[in-house]
Amino acid sequence: MNERKMDEKIIQLVNVSKVFDETTAVENVSFYVRKGEFITFLGPSGCGKTTTLRMIAGFDIPTSGKILLNGKDITDLPPNKRPVNTVFQRYALFPHYNIYDNIAFGLKLKKVPVTYRNDKGETYTKWQKLTRREIDEKVKNALAVVDLEGFEKRSVSTLSGGQQQRVAIARAIVNEPEILLLDEPLGALDLKMRKEMQIELKEMHRKLGITFIYVTHDQEEALTMSDTIVVMKDGCIQQIGTPTDIYNEPANAFVADFIGDSNILNGTMVDALTVRFCNRNFRCVDDFERNEKVDVVVRPEDIEMVPPEQGMLVGRVVSVVFKGVHYEITAMVGRSEMIIQSTQSREIGELIGMNIAPDAIHIMKKELTCNRYDGYITKKNTVVFGDGEFDCDVTTLYPGSHLDEDGYLITAQGEKIDLTDADVAVEVGLTDIEISDNAEEGGARGHIVSLIYKGDHYQYIVRTEENEEDYVLDTEDLWNENDYVSVKIKPENIHMKLKQEIK
Amino acid sequence: MVKKILSITICVAVLLFIYAPILLLVVYSFTDSNVIGKWDGFSFDLYVQLFRDAEIMQILFNTIWLALAAALLSTVLGTAGAIGIFYSKRKFAKPLQAVSQIPVINAEIVTAISLALLFSAVFLYRTYLSLIVGHMVLCTPFVVLSVMPKLKQMDPNIYEAALDLGASPSAALFKVVIPQIFSGIVSGFMLSITLSLDDYIVTAFTKPPMFDTISTYVYNAVKNGTNSSTPALRALSALIFIVMIAVLLAINLRARRPAAKKEAAQ
Repeated sequence: MNERKMDEKIIQLVNVSKVFDETTAVENVSFYVRKGEFITFLGPSGCGKTTTLRMIAGFDIPTSGKILLNGKDITDLPPNKRPVNTVFQRYALFPHYNIYDNIAFGLKLKKVPVTYRNDKGETYTKWQKLTRREIDEKVKNALAVVDLEGFEKRSVSTLSGGQQQRVAIARAIVNEPEILLLDEPLGALDLKMRKEMQIELKEMHRKLGITFIYVTHDQEEALTMSDTIVVMKDGCIQQIGTPTDIYNEPANAFVADFIGDSNILNGTMVDALTVRFCNRNFRCVDDFERNEKVDVVVRPEDIEMVPPEQGMLVGRVVSVVFKGVHYEITAMVGRSEMIIQSTQSREIGELIGMNIAPDAIHIMKKELTCNRYDGYITKKNTVVFGDGEFDCDVTTLYPGSHLDEDGYLITAQGEKIDLTDADVAVEVGLTDIEISDNAEEGGARGHIVSLIYKGDHYQYIVRTEENEEDYVLDTEDLWNENDYVSVKIKPENIHMKLKQEIK
Repeated sequence: MVKKILSITICVAVLLFIYAPILLLVVYSFTDSNVIGKWDGFSFDLYVQLFRDAEIMQILFNTIWLALAAALLSTVLGTAGAIGIFYSKRKFAKPLQAVSQIPVINAEIVTAISLALLFSAVFLYRTYLSLIVGHMVLCTPFVVLSVMPKLKQMDPNIYEAALDLGASPSAALFKVVIPQIFSGIVSGFMLSITLSLDDYIVTAFTKPPMFDTISTYVYNAVKNGTNSSTPALRALSALIFIVMIAVLLAINLRARRPAAKKEAAQ
């Protein structure tokens, strides 16, 4: 963002928040749109993208923050005073008007300055409505832009969805707005129509030269059409960048997951330009602090399949899906899942090797809030993860359940479940891990590989020997690097979630 | 076959049950006897009497005038109210709508007595004002009731679209919202007219002393049972009934036509 040229900013949002009743739809959002740009707000439903658009249009007033148009504050300006027009998701055409009157609606209300010369030769300007001829002319041109010549007299109800959308676009652009806002305009169209309209919209943007602000949840649409993408989640901006930036250099796991298919893995930086995931070290091109916990993104098309003996990783194929252009192959590497896209197919159950080039590994900073592990339940109703075995409360997996005398889980519905070997996702908070000198005491053992003083406490990383699993913990006690310690976690602090239902 | 005959018979029986009294009235409007039940031979005398009776004509005029005025005012008030409720915050909209419908379920006599009390308190009891306001109280909730669903059916974006295209809020209201809910407004108006036309209780409690509508006049005239002092009222009642049927038929036929057109278009 910083190195990008500071062109003319047409619209700028400064610390804008919007709160509806109790829920925050948009939280402290700041960005700007450059003149003539095609910018897309992308995110899942409920991420605040439409609210942001509605605030630019003036339908919603920000709870706090400012919106500047060409440097002027328009935060409280009503929508009819803004040089901005909107294309609504469900078109919002006026059903009681024909196509001509729909498109001419804005023009008939508009007043333009006309300069006159009076008898004495002085010039003066008068605000006047457009003449009938001017309106006719403009409507005709707008209809030509959207390829609907001759539709003036048709009524709205006789038009198909695609045609109605075109009328909605014509109705907006005929007013020559400075910014055209489009709220998921293609959402209601079928796939083929959507593809056509994508190309046409892009073409329209090029011809008209006005700024387009586009809202969609369709990542493919965003990638094909935009100059700039703003990825949003839970009312916050996750990343702003060009489509290429966003695809190749996602800022965090959410963006990586939302844009395109991706494998997101837990990793640790073990050396300069070396990251460890799936129990193996990989060379990479992103540099991070040593021992830092990171998210590793590998795009499925960047994994090369090789014979098992030549692979950096070896996995067993668990599913193969033909997707038209390529096959999507899912392989299990240990307990992690790898998705591979390839033009070659593989058999289910086959062992495959996988190679990943250093520049295909994208590393992102991880917001570390808790330790996450893949684990499984043993016969004794303990849980194994991170090279250790811990006591746990398996009844938390099913609300209202209890254990019988034989150690089987009885659910609230009275069903008997054998949890042995059930895969679980385990989360342990940073402050919930204790370390001790007594090697016999804890569930796992390892060396302290890192300690960082964080003001009022230390953050330690304990790494096990066998698989180099890490435990990150916060404590006020002082330990030394390379101390051999055991890791203790109370059963109630081990939060588990079943990865799939047990039959 | 038996089933079909049976179902038709039941239908006819039910309709007969509902309409027999009115039919009887219509039949006896064509004889000039003073008492219903006594047939003095066929004649149009009652109809001739009716149109010659200046008092009845005045009352007819009063009734229509009152109905039109009350319906018009109620429609304006009710439509504005419905739009207001619809665009209020949800927190207020729900209770507002509930409160606006209380007069519908409230016993009319309670409404009438409350109105009488209120207007005597401000020394406006039995004036034209109390009469009109009384009828508006009666009609307005029904206007709200018939406009509200139209607002809910309306695409909420079209009002915003109008603003977006440069219309002021009032221009957007009149150019876009009102046309969209117009059928609801019209049906609210019609409903108000019928309510006001046949209202007796509220009228009786609020009308000026020397003012009568058909309802109050007929009620006073036939107080002593079938022995009506003005047999011409039978003709009037028959006429009202026939006019109502005609209006109802016309409305139904009109409503059917656009629907058929739409089907043909698809």
